[in-house]
Amino acid sequence: MKLDDLIDHTGEWLKGTGPHSNIVMSSRVRLARNLMGTPFPNRAGKKNLSQIMEDIEKAVKEIAYFKDSALFRMAEMDNIDKQFLIERHLMSHEHAGMTDGKALVVSPEEVVSVMINEEDHLRIQVMQSGLNLKETWKIIDDIDSQLSQKLPFAYLAHWGYLTACPTNTGTAMRGSVMLHLPALVMTKQINKVLAAIAKLSFATRGFYGEGTQARGNFYQISNQVSLGHSEVDILQNINGLIRQVIDQEEQARQALLVQNRPMLEDKIYRSMGILKNAIIISSQETIELLSMVRLGIDLGIIKNVPNRVINELLIMIQPAHLQKIEGKKLSASARDTKRASIIREKLGGFHV
Amino acid sequence: MVCDICGKKKATVHLTEIVDGQMTEMHLCEECAHHKSVQMEQQFGLADLLAGLSDFGKQVVDHQQEKLKCAHCGLTYDDFKKFGRLGCSECYTGFREQLSGLLKKIHGSNRHYGKAPVTLSKFEQDKNEVLRDLRSQLEQAVHKEDFESAAELRDQIRDLEKGSEGKNETR
Repeated sequence: MKLDDLIDHTGEWLKGTGPHSNIVMSSRVRLARNLMGTPFPNRAGKKNLSQIMEDIEKAVKEIAYFKDSALFRMAEMDNIDKQFLIERHLMSHEHAGMTDGKALVVSPEEVVSVMINEEDHLRIQVMQSGLNLKETWKIIDDIDSQLSQKLPFAYLAHWGYLTACPTNTGTAMRGSVMLHLPALVMTKQINKVLAAIAKLSFATRGFYGEGTQARGNFYQISNQVSLGHSEVDILQNINGLIRQVIDQEEQARQALLVQNRPMLEDKIYRSMGILKNAIIISSQETIELLSMVRLGIDLGIIKNVPNRVINELLIMIQPAHLQKIEGKKLSASARDTKRASIIREKLGGFHV
Repeated sequence: MVCDICGKKKATVHLTEIVDGQMTEMHLCEECAHHKSVQMEQQFGLADLLAGLSDFGKQVVDHQQEKLKCAHCGLTYDDFKKFGRLGCSECYTGFREQLSGLLKKIHGSNRHYGKAPVTLSKFEQDKNEVLRDLRSQLEQAVHKEDFESAAELRDQIRDLEKGSEGKNETR
């Protein structure tokens, strides 16, 4: 599998199915692992980093999940290609910086990815569509167990897995769920909900990852604490919290429908109208309008557009994707035109 | 839309900040957004967060702590305080005392419950299982204010933990 093979479709986790997929886009679990006695990436020299990279690549390749997977070495990639992988949620911004010894392994369908030599020697990530932390954990648990038979993971009985940053020590696990919460935003209840989540020591981020703010009503909720509770307990806690947020969003959606259905329908159809006809459109406006159309689909107001199409557009309208699709570098204004044309093409066939 | 900061270039980055429930929006060009993110990193860097958590800001300099150094990778505890990142797995043993308090502050606990690498010997796995059991019994005993049993359980846990120290600990 090569980078160009990824361009015209998106990952399995965007298929728009699975439990509560009307509100939950995706579930993700990541594990940080380090090699015992080897300097962490921030303290390892160039030579050391290459050796670590080769050792991990070799171990990863021997595991069935990574059959036919793609391997990207950061030193061999240009900026647009790196940005493209970030936009697909396969790696972090940090991983695109200093390139020495950094690599990324991506399994077919983009279910599993492994960042090599990011902050830790390994950052393993598994993504699934819908609210599906249990299945996501099962997959990553299995991969991690297999890898631990091939690589000497740094571990202490009392402190668990040892990571470069003490905020990850212990399970070294972060579980996160991506939610679409337009009704909580429209009814102005979102800040209350986010404040309650923060009090329970869970973190909220935007759709576009660490350090980004929520856009288009997409919120990512994840655990902060990684030590003192087992992986399954942490994930069950997230699951319980997410179910409550889902309930709140469902109630807010019903309230909007009951109170002012014509207003809501108007907003949704207008959003579809702009998306289907615009010639120039910014990513910010696109994301906001796509959020409204997705709400329309979830409420049965828009009937024949599959959620998958909206999910895919959320990925494809980003700068590096537009440039990879076009096959060349585009200025900001050229991107706005290209973006509009891709949206028209994707949504043009649907009559609502 | 032009950038809110330089007022010249086209705004392509849109930032929403929520501080105490107050939402403010900024529209920035790529260049100003980069400056802003560097600024934010400096303002709210993880190192500072960690510093706050472990009272690193204290004026009193503990000379012993100042000289503390990981025997394996050479990272000083001072540098860890500055950058917020450890240098290798052995730093956890070298800075054990300091980290124990820090981990407790970050996570509300300094005991791992959960997965262990498959390569751990069967003996180690069994031992972990027993330790987990003992710890939950200890918690219950403390909860019931049955301090006699709690002290006994604590000693048992200590003995069991000591058994692994030094010989197989990092695995």
